[in-house]
Amino acid sequence: MIHRECGVLKTTYRADMALYPLPVARKTVAAIAILFALIVPLVLDQYYLSILNLIFIAIVGAIGLNILVGYTGQISVGHGAFMSVGAYTAANFAVRLGFPFWLSLPLGGLMAALVGAIVGIPSLRIKGLYLAIATLAAQFIIEWVINHFTWISGGVQASIEVPRPALFGHAIASQREMYVFLLVFVVVAIVAALNLMRSRIGRAFIAIRDQDIAAQIIGIDIFRYKLLAFAISSFYAGVTGVLYTYYLGIANYEQFQIGVSIDYLAMIIIGGLGSILGSILGAIFVTLLPIAIRWFMESFGDLLFSEAAVHNLIPNLRLILFGLLIIFFLVVEPEGLNRLWRNIRNYFRVWPFAY
Amino acid sequence: MFDWQFLLLLISNGVLLGLMYSLIALGFVLVYKATDAINFAQGEFVMIAGFVVAVAMGAYGAPWWLAAAVGLVGMIAFGFGLERVVLRPLIGRPTVAVIMATIGLAAILRGFGPLVWGAETRPLPLPISDEPITLGPLLIPPIQLLGAAVSLLFLAGFSWFFFKSRKGIAMRAVADDQQVAMAMGINVQRYFALAWGMAGVVSALGGIVWGNLLGVDVHLSLVGLKVFPVVILGGLDSIPGAVIGGLIVGVVENVAAGYLDPLVGGGTKDFAPYMLMIAALMFRPYGIFGKRIIERV
Repeated sequence: MIHRECGVLKTTYRADMALYPLPVARKTVAAIAILFALIVPLVLDQYYLSILNLIFIAIVGAIGLNILVGYTGQISVGHGAFMSVGAYTAANFAVRLGFPFWLSLPLGGLMAALVGAIVGIPSLRIKGLYLAIATLAAQFIIEWVINHFTWISGGVQASIEVPRPALFGHAIASQREMYVFLLVFVVVAIVAALNLMRSRIGRAFIAIRDQDIAAQIIGIDIFRYKLLAFAISSFYAGVTGVLYTYYLGIANYEQFQIGVSIDYLAMIIIGGLGSILGSILGAIFVTLLPIAIRWFMESFGDLLFSEAAVHNLIPNLRLILFGLLIIFFLVVEPEGLNRLWRNIRNYFRVWPFAY
Repeated sequence: MFDWQFLLLLISNGVLLGLMYSLIALGFVLVYKATDAINFAQGEFVMIAGFVVAVAMGAYGAPWWLAAAVGLVGMIAFGFGLERVVLRPLIGRPTVAVIMATIGLAAILRGFGPLVWGAETRPLPLPISDEPITLGPLLIPPIQLLGAAVSLLFLAGFSWFFFKSRKGIAMRAVADDQQVAMAMGINVQRYFALAWGMAGVVSALGGIVWGNLLGVDVHLSLVGLKVFPVVILGGLDSIPGAVIGGLIVGVVENVAAGYLDPLVGGGTKDFAPYMLMIAALMFRPYGIFGKRIIERV
């Protein structure tokens, strides 16, 4: 693992854009892959695996949102609603037509992409604040539609039970099987996003983020790429919704309300805008935060407060900490956990020298 | 036979309710006009103001005027402090950062209110009667009349402030171009603080009026969600726009709820304003009175 670079020796753009900038990166990735694919599912028990599963689902959604917000510079406060579109589409296909998950999952994603692209249409004329409010409106309208049209939402409390995803006739039921199932999607999501951002499309997204008028002048079709960003991002969101639905075994709009949209925005802000690693770190952080608060309050809360007070405290404390963290990262470390990680890494890379 | 009286009742209620929306929308517009920041925590401001006033009256037995004064002063101080701690470091950063900061702030306030003052709904009694005033076929609740009056008063006051007073003109200069304003010797940061302080005043009044109408608990902050359609329709940076937008939203949601709710089973009140807003964004994105933004590289 000990290595030292002696300078930037890249002579081609191809080398500069490579997924593995150094040979050692290949080994690191292999080590992480072995850890998560083989060791983790065998060592950890059900409870920890269930937390990891939630993190995996969040990672897919956070990467998707980061493609839109972090890389393309458009804002969406409606990603929770796009997730619900994916979730209900897949649930309807799975229950009414008996589609297996490998059909209903992409269908859910595609439907979310379609809805997302429609919501993205105003992004050509409006930006920033106005776009944020437009996507907020989309969140409420989609929620309302799902809630009021029973042929979408299945009637009773707007929820549809879905069958367990099955592969070769074997139903994926336990947390451990679910872990492997979700891991596949996380890996696909990460690799796809990393490669997308190295491609022509990804560079166009970044150009639009940095200066959209200039991007248009150098020949990027802004409207097309903005819609594409909305579609890709919503596809990720839709898949997230489907995965969550299969994970819970039920599609319910309450899992995808405005608070979820804000959770995902918080993930990418805390993790780092415009960075895949940041999305992953942010998803881990935001998923673990309520779990950590609950654990902490249940372990130590009764030293200070009565039991009833602790129950009142946990959700409110979560909101407060959550908001404080968002503001803290925005004010103090705008590039998020990703930047912190890079600082640490760069320090040790040249250690014991200063540079 | 078309029931004219029903429609008239819906419209008159909508007008009064709309003016009360305008009051909260004013806080929003003030901040945007002066600082180019959007305040997603406006509803939470109103909630906190309502809490302060209701607690001062309920738990400490203060008379209503003292409680209202405490609420006003508290919200002004809160506006100033907020600008100093959160918004000032974000000057010059992308819009997403400011939006997210106020969303984070909203989360903090929504957790803070119930944490400190409890989750139960508190009454906010004002010394006016609950009996609706009968005016021909119309029934008008006095609190809505009061809210509408306060709203119109502030509209007039802020219009005067922005167009006639020295400070107001300076604030418009800041909104127009911060660098040029600085070059003209205007202390930009002071005007940012002033704008947030003024938003605090409006929120305090909104908190008193809406708190009386709905009762004070965490759901009071949902009023803030109605502000977005109002300001988009009227134009984000226009004070008359806030009032006209408020009137349109108030009337449309009341009439739509009156006629459509029985057909679709409720919820139209929350849905109709957003449909209206989407239409406005598609066809006239800068609202009725909003300033068109011309972009250059």
